[in-house]
Amino acid sequence: MAAFLGLFRRDLSLALRQGGDTGLVLGFFVLAVVLFPFGVGPEPELLRRIGAGIVWVAALLAALLSLDRLFEADYQDGELDLLVLSNLPLELAVLAKCAAHWVATGLPLALISPLLALLVDLDPASIARLFASILIGTPALSLVGSVAAALSLGARRRSVVLSLLVLPLYIPPLIFGAGAVEASEIGDGARAYLLVLGAISLAALALCPWASAAALRQALD
Amino acid sequence: MINWLANPARFIRVSEKAVPWCGWTAAAVLALGLFWSLVLAPPDYQQGDTVRIMYVHVPAAWMALSVYLFVAVASAVALVWRHPLAEVAARSAAPVGAAFTFVCLATGSLWGRPMWGAWWVWDARLTSVLVLFFLYLGYIALVNAFDDPSRGGRAGAVLALVGVVNLPIIKFSVDWWNTLHQPASVMRIGGPRIAVSMLVPLVIMAAGFMLLFALLLMVRMRTALNERKAMALRLNAGAVAPRQPEPEPAVAAHTAIS
Amino acid sequence: MSDPGAFLAMGGYAGFVWPAYGIAFAALGGLAAYSWRRYRASVLELERLQQQRGRRR
Repeated sequence: MAAFLGLFRRDLSLALRQGGDTGLVLGFFVLAVVLFPFGVGPEPELLRRIGAGIVWVAALLAALLSLDRLFEADYQDGELDLLVLSNLPLELAVLAKCAAHWVATGLPLALISPLLALLVDLDPASIARLFASILIGTPALSLVGSVAAALSLGARRRSVVLSLLVLPLYIPPLIFGAGAVEASEIGDGARAYLLVLGAISLAALALCPWASAAALRQALD
Repeated sequence: MINWLANPARFIRVSEKAVPWCGWTAAAVLALGLFWSLVLAPPDYQQGDTVRIMYVHVPAAWMALSVYLFVAVASAVALVWRHPLAEVAARSAAPVGAAFTFVCLATGSLWGRPMWGAWWVWDARLTSVLVLFFLYLGYIALVNAFDDPSRGGRAGAVLALVGVVNLPIIKFSVDWWNTLHQPASVMRIGGPRIAVSMLVPLVIMAAGFMLLFALLLMVRMRTALNERKAMALRLNAGAVAPRQPEPEPAVAAHTAIS
Repeated sequence: MSDPGAFLAMGGYAGFVWPAYGIAFAALGGLAAYSWRRYRASVLELERLQQQRGRRR
């Protein structure tokens, strides 16, 4: 447990320090959302309709951006070899890294999303649902992303391969996350969407550490 | 059968004989299937002649799923028993599966336009098959992204197993969600619900596609084995070459410096 | 089948049925042709390397 927390704290402080991942990811998130009104026009009607989708897609891309560094630095400087040899099971080590990644990127994305929702003119109820859906959905993004990040270690043109692997796997969270915000108008459909989203995150929590650990082991073989 | 073939040398010997045989059978069955589905099969009373697209679309969809299953099983074998032939089988099958998935999507789009009035709808079945297509592409990209081919094979194997999650979603998407895509009418509990005059060409085309897959798989596996052997020979030659006596090494070195 | 024009028209859906078969043929046939060419190339390359090796011995 101490090793787990130690790894978690180390990764978190690395991500949060000056010039770390969190700042970059948030900056990318805000800029990506701000680009859309220029692209589709500033009509509030239109923005309100597609706003949830915009914020969700931007969050996906921001999460994707940060995956590049999830294992890469540790792989380069040999720390990953030590993790494999340490008595902390590799699955738990992956979990610690994913948890740190989520606290450093997913959580800030969720926290800042209400602000961006104001930019696309969502009403307060939708903003609450958007916040909830991003909060529930981002753990799945970190966990699924860790599998792809582990698989692509050492590949040629790694970031392209990584996005090709990750984006299709991000489609289900995107469907249910953006759906939760839009479903609200028809009864309490939003609750069902959020529950499915939670199920996706829990399934990812149960399966992805094993897959990532297997991928890391074969990367270091 | 699989165990017996698992020896690469034996695979090469057997496939040598099987490739021409399989190729001609595939050609004959596909020709018969085409004639049956384009000429003999009756037009549907509702869908008219567009129903003929089904004879390509549905077998392609079956192959898209089965080939992925094949890749996943071969990947599991490659990961668990580290069997070199299983890894070659998985990476050789994936492009064929991607081609079948593409055919399924393209023909489905051409069928959807006259029937639903749209080239594409974002319902669960179509979306999940599209994800399958991207999974194939991701697998192919990952397998080829490493300088060390066995490294790519192992990374691809893990990805293939992760992607298996998508298969039940595709299969049951038409039952779980109320979608535009019609539910299964052949592969269903309680027997097929489709006229025999349409079932026959469908089954013939499916058999033709399966033979085509077997043929392409064998040819591609033999290619991969040949390429691997050629690479080993080249590395071997490279290791041996410096030991060859060079004519007047001292002079050669001198001219190289000047 | 007696009238080739009617056959080609596909009950008015010629624009959908024929491209569907065409795409299937192009994709699968293309992959088959590519696989076969690569197979022939690999066989020739292997023979060349083996001959080279034989000569050196």
